[in-house]
Amino acid sequence: MSEVNSVEKMELKVKDIIEKYGSDRGSVVPILQDVQKEFNYLPKEALNAVSSHLDVAISRMFEVATFYKAFSLTPRGRHQLSLCVGTACYVRGAPLIESNIERVLDLRPGKTSPDLEFSFDTVNCLGSCALGPILVVDGEYQGQITVSKTNKILKKLGKKVKTDES
Amino acid sequence: MKVKSFKELKSLREKISNSRDPEKNCITICAGTGCLAYGAQSLVDKFKAEIEKDNLEEEIDIRSTGCHGFCEQGPVVVIYPEKVFYRRVGLDDAAEVIHKTVLNGEILDRLLYTDPSSGEKIIHEDDVPFYKKQMRLVFGMNGQIDPTSLEDYMAIGGYSALAKVLNGMEPGAVIEEVKKANLRGRGGGGFSAGWKWESTRKAKGDPKYVICNADEGDPGAYMDRSLLEGNPHSILEGMMIGAYAIGSNEGYIYVRNEYPLAVKNVTIAIEKGRELGVLGEDILGSGFSFDIKVNRGGGAFVCGESSALFASLEGRAGEPRAKYIHATDRGLHNKPTNLNNVETWANVPLIINKGAEWYQSIGTENSKGTKIFSLVGKINNTGLVEIPMGMTLREIIEDIGGGTPKGRKFKAVQTGGPSGGCIPEQFLDMPIDFDALTKVGSMMGSGGMIVMDDRTCMVDVARYFLKFLEGESCGKCVPCREGVRRMREILDDICEGRGREGDVELLESISHALIDGSLCALGATAPNPVLSTIKYFREEYSAHMQEKKCPAGVCKELIRYKIDEENCTGCGICARLCPAECISGEKKQLHVIDQEKCIKCGSCKESCKFDAVIVE
Repeated sequence: MSEVNSVEKMELKVKDIIEKYGSDRGSVVPILQDVQKEFNYLPKEALNAVSSHLDVAISRMFEVATFYKAFSLTPRGRHQLSLCVGTACYVRGAPLIESNIERVLDLRPGKTSPDLEFSFDTVNCLGSCALGPILVVDGEYQGQITVSKTNKILKKLGKKVKTDES
Repeated sequence: MKVKSFKELKSLREKISNSRDPEKNCITICAGTGCLAYGAQSLVDKFKAEIEKDNLEEEIDIRSTGCHGFCEQGPVVVIYPEKVFYRRVGLDDAAEVIHKTVLNGEILDRLLYTDPSSGEKIIHEDDVPFYKKQMRLVFGMNGQIDPTSLEDYMAIGGYSALAKVLNGMEPGAVIEEVKKANLRGRGGGGFSAGWKWESTRKAKGDPKYVICNADEGDPGAYMDRSLLEGNPHSILEGMMIGAYAIGSNEGYIYVRNEYPLAVKNVTIAIEKGRELGVLGEDILGSGFSFDIKVNRGGGAFVCGESSALFASLEGRAGEPRAKYIHATDRGLHNKPTNLNNVETWANVPLIINKGAEWYQSIGTENSKGTKIFSLVGKINNTGLVEIPMGMTLREIIEDIGGGTPKGRKFKAVQTGGPSGGCIPEQFLDMPIDFDALTKVGSMMGSGGMIVMDDRTCMVDVARYFLKFLEGESCGKCVPCREGVRRMREILDDICEGRGREGDVELLESISHALIDGSLCALGATAPNPVLSTIKYFREEYSAHMQEKKCPAGVCKELIRYKIDEENCTGCGICARLCPAECISGEKKQLHVIDQEKCIKCGSCKESCKFDAVIVE
């Protein structure tokens, strides 16, 4: 598929999303959320398309896209790990899990590995405090997570780590 | 079916009530986010399949409900009409629950809750200590209804308050009622809702907006989410009543994008409300029109602040503005706007139905009604609790929450989220309300209540909140942008053993600059976690700074892992798992950690089955 084609396709998708919101300029945030859901991040071309369709300056697009945590201007990894660091999870030991994931994946929170395999984020409270600390792996909640449980998960995802199974 | 008059609404309610047999068996399964994470959805499916398989639809109803509150024990199942309470119900239990308990009245011992203090097994929901002391006026309905069913909401009296208001109450009278009830904002500020409504009503400008703030960003608080998920119509009804009183026809719900189930359920509720005719044009033939849009936030804590929320709703970055202009005069799109929090709105139908006098009878002198708290952290019974204002912290933490786990010593309870403070043990017998919490240097906030024990470092907690706020500060005003960062850097220094004399005083002085100079409440309240920990836990700061020790054993740079001679059996698991390969020892002999190489990851302590790894 040629590049021109894929940009055109992207624009069509973006147009569909915008129309769903009645081309309402006030809906920039939810529109970008849907765009991000569609493409896994906010491609420049898509931001351009939103900007021209809504007749909102591109600088405003970037203002919004960089202000809110939900948005990413770079592609996200194939596997997404989100660790809850809400207060309840924090006091129940989330920091130890955080540094362990950082070490194993060699990724700071908010970053994606260069091979696009992993993205690692910390999030502020998922509201499932009874299960804390919680790690969400590709959308699935893993409750009462420990260093060794994390290592088992990372091993399954193809990382070389020591676990008590080996 | 669309209802066009009060009479039609009344007859519809009667029809629904008559079609329901209160004595019919009903298995309610909690499907709030907490229980869903335990796998409640497959449990609901399993129960449905079992009932279908045995053709028991006539005898038994299944209802998947919103959050019941007792998240610690999920998945939770309550069987009506007796209200038998089962906890930690698994897929394999479903058939037995149906055949033994529901059809034969036989209680399954293994699924009952055991009161840890008496060892007694408890059968009925109302007798469980966690629920016994609560007063679940707002939250209690969650367990009785399927949030996606408008009929369920109607069956428990839903939309009767709206009908009462539209059918003969003047807007001014509605405002008077809410003022008389002294309903104060549940989102944090505790501002009088009735007063706000009145100001918005009186303000010049058209249109006027009514907004529900569901941008629950306070980490550790999730009551708003559970209300939206579990009983969305009660919030819509509250907003409709408010809109009528204020003279508004347009409403918004601004909800966190991290709450997909809340977004889904409230969207369904709005659609059903429109179908029924309680939302839209000429509601119930009264001439009053009102509709609601749902808007998802972008993950910014500051957007819980009213003017930042308006900016976000207008499609801009959520930066707050100075507060000399009130939102009630110029809010969203510079028009008069009334913003209340989810829980505040959910209280409104209650006040209208039962009257301000009844509402006044609950609570303390200046804080009326109930408040929902999320009781989390180092506590045995994690969950959402609704209590009358004026209950003591001790009752909440010890009687309802069951105290701290593993018999560890209680140290503090943190309320009010990043804007609040840490309350030490000496205030446990204080009856809590808006004013009492402020008096001890914390605040009500949205109702997060994080319990901490002796293994929680208070300096680290202060640093945690500052780090959180540093990330969430919008960066518009200098005191907050620079001050919060500087305070976090000082706390980093203290936690990492570089604390210097005068640091505490410096923290206090920056704090006052923030309080005086910040544009919005995020910055102005940011020092609270620091000031309250300095005030009540000064000795922990000193230990970090002078002795270079973290008494709670948390701050990495000030602790070391050690293997205890007496308890080590030499099993070697710690050595095998150590990623730094710094543990050595012969089999069945004492193992030793090489302090030089140790990265303090904690895997040895976690893996040791004999509690032989200690933190100093």
